Amino acid sequence: MLDYIWLIPIFPLAGAAIQLFFGRRLPNKVVSAVSVGLPGLSFLWAVGCFVQFLGLSENYHHVFAKPLYTWLPAGAFHLSNGSMGNLNVNVGMQLDPLSCVMMLVVTGVGFLIHVYSIGYMAHEGGYYRFFGYLNLFMFSMLVLVLADNYLMMFVGWEGVGLCSYLLIGFYFLRKSASDAGKKAFIVNRIGDAAFLLGVMLMVVTFGTLDFQHITEAARSPHLQVGGGIITTICILLFIGATGKSAQIPLYVWLPDAMEGPTPVSALIHAATMVTAGVYMVARSNALFALSPTALALVAGIGAATAIWAASIGLVQNDIKRVLAYSTVSQLGYMFLACGVGAFTAGIFHLMTHAFFKALLFLASGSVIHALSGEQDMRKMGALKSKIPTTYWTLAVAALAISGIPPLAGFFSKDEILWQSFAGPYGHTLLWAIGWITAGLTAFYMFRLIFMTFWGQSRVPHEVEHHIHESPRSMLIPLVTLAALSIVGGFVGMPKSLLGGEWFGKFLDPVFEGNPVVPLHEYGQGMEYFLTGLSVVTAIAGISIAYLMYVRQPALSERMAAVFTGLHRVLLHKYYVDEIYDALFVNRVKDLGSALAAFDLGVVDGGVNGVGWSTRMSGEFTRLWDTWVIDGLVNVLGFVVKILSWPARIVQTGLVQNYAWFITMGVMAFMVYYLLH
Amino acid sequence: MIPTEYYLFLGTGLFTIGVIGVLTRRNVLIILMSIELILNAVNINLMTLSQYFKSVDGQVFAIFVITDAAAEAAVGLGLIIALFRNKETVNADEIDLLKW
Repeated sequence: MLDYIWLIPIFPLAGAAIQLFFGRRLPNKVVSAVSVGLPGLSFLWAVGCFVQFLGLSENYHHVFAKPLYTWLPAGAFHLSNGSMGNLNVNVGMQLDPLSCVMMLVVTGVGFLIHVYSIGYMAHEGGYYRFFGYLNLFMFSMLVLVLADNYLMMFVGWEGVGLCSYLLIGFYFLRKSASDAGKKAFIVNRIGDAAFLLGVMLMVVTFGTLDFQHITEAARSPHLQVGGGIITTICILLFIGATGKSAQIPLYVWLPDAMEGPTPVSALIHAATMVTAGVYMVARSNALFALSPTALALVAGIGAATAIWAASIGLVQNDIKRVLAYSTVSQLGYMFLACGVGAFTAGIFHLMTHAFFKALLFLASGSVIHALSGEQDMRKMGALKSKIPTTYWTLAVAALAISGIPPLAGFFSKDEILWQSFAGPYGHTLLWAIGWITAGLTAFYMFRLIFMTFWGQSRVPHEVEHHIHESPRSMLIPLVTLAALSIVGGFVGMPKSLLGGEWFGKFLDPVFEGNPVVPLHEYGQGMEYFLTGLSVVTAIAGISIAYLMYVRQPALSERMAAVFTGLHRVLLHKYYVDEIYDALFVNRVKDLGSALAAFDLGVVDGGVNGVGWSTRMSGEFTRLWDTWVIDGLVNVLGFVVKILSWPARIVQTGLVQNYAWFITMGVMAFMVYYLLH
Repeated sequence: MIPTEYYLFLGTGLFTIGVIGVLTRRNVLIILMSIELILNAVNINLMTLSQYFKSVDGQVFAIFVITDAAAEAAVGLGLIIALFRNKETVNADEIDLLKW
């Protein structure tokens, strides 16, 4: 099966091709069968490849490489430091523990979301288009995670960006949706520009773009590179990651991306696309390990983003917005983990987050579906008895994200917090920010639960009559993801809790070989203390939310009245969008206007001028023709008239005149002959 | 007897009067009469010189001239009548259709 590993991305590509070429004519049932069956096939194949991979070598050391086709046979060339580079970029795939994890998460969670979409999108127009784009996204994401070099990864990177644009703007007739799609793509592009610069720097520094070769070169003791080159490369790559994975300063597109259908938010903006940045940083761990500056930047931005986004999520009223900011915040955690050198913890959190965040989005989609499209939590309430399955799956996800043991989120989040406290590049401040954010996370998640499902019903009357539980196609993925959120954390059970740390052992071969920096020396007790502190904080957050939204609902409004300024700033997301508009967006639009004025005035003016001068030269020709040419002809006629005057005046028409002329002639002859 | 020059002067005088009449008079009938005058002046000259040269040729030629004058007068009158039918006038200076 491993030999045909390239089938894993090809299955969804085939689905996309079928939908986008023929989908219009196919009935919905066929579209569903094709577009959900093929990713399902991908998942099964991925599981098969994973099992085969496990058997390949002792400690999963061996990287299975499958080059398919030589794309850029650029060949050998000299680098500035004298060595030879060999830039042969292949279309190829590689399977190592890291890409195994990513592949399984993408195909597994992706497949569940495809199943969910059958029920969710059943009554929407453009059914085939949705599944075509979704399949195209799966293809691009799988290319991204299975690529064996940076350029192939970039192809997948761009592909997911494109699909994100297409899917966010799925309801393109709504202006806010098409604007959001544009915003996502443009902001992403800014990150991509930095990413590409980083890739170019890598070419001139290492002479190659293969992951294997760069990792080897970075870890070799013979590496001779200039001062800040590695740091620059890492920072540029990370800026690309901030664009794709919605960190400060390029996160602004993700909340707007909620305009897309809910399965899109679940798949792209929770489980997979936004994690591409984290995957990329983890993949480049050898480079980052060489540059503590870059790691510090990653950790700093990750932590800052985590608490920034969590604070905004505290007061949002749209259920999907809360989840969007939660995603940004949790991605911050993942980057925090990578930045303190705990790449394994970051990927672990990526996996558990995929489970519970996808579940959160899908379940909230179920709520929205039940309420016929209502997304404002102020118009919800007392739903837990009416949509029970949705309720308890959402509750499981909320418990998981809040870090309540023994659910999945507890293990991954705790590992990150411990590493940021005690890890090689950790710092108490980073831990503190992470810890406070965990409290805020628990609070806003349970605020969401309590406002939506508990308390008094604030649902408008007409909507209330139609409340119904979702169909099985939507509920089964919810339950599956809930199960994964419960047990998913056990694969990474840390030693301190008597676990086997299988996840860490599995990923070790990818990250070992980096220069070893020892953990700060703390006793066992510190780890238990911090773990207990996190759990207590989470429970405190849940309790405060319970108090404010179930026991005394008026309390939340009173707090908003007391802290009006702060509340307004948070509600308006710190006015970041407005600041960006004033600083950048409107300046670019002004440039556009200036260029348009130039085009209209100068360029079109020139063209019009040429037309005018052609017309003027026609005028000149006309005058020449009228005055000079015709003038000559007229003068000729005039001259003839003048010269013929003597001959004319003789013709009087009077016979007597003619007789007189004859007489004169005779007399002249007579005079002549008489005189001679 | 009467010297020959007197007859020739008479002939010349009548001829000149006739020419002046043709050239000057307005009424086309008067022009015709003037033409007759010219022809008669020529006849007198012919007769005179016939007498002077003691030859009959002059007199014979004069008979021809008289016949010719009669025919010409008939044609001329026919022309005048045709002209009058078209132009309603007998004034020579009003007939200038061939003016440029």
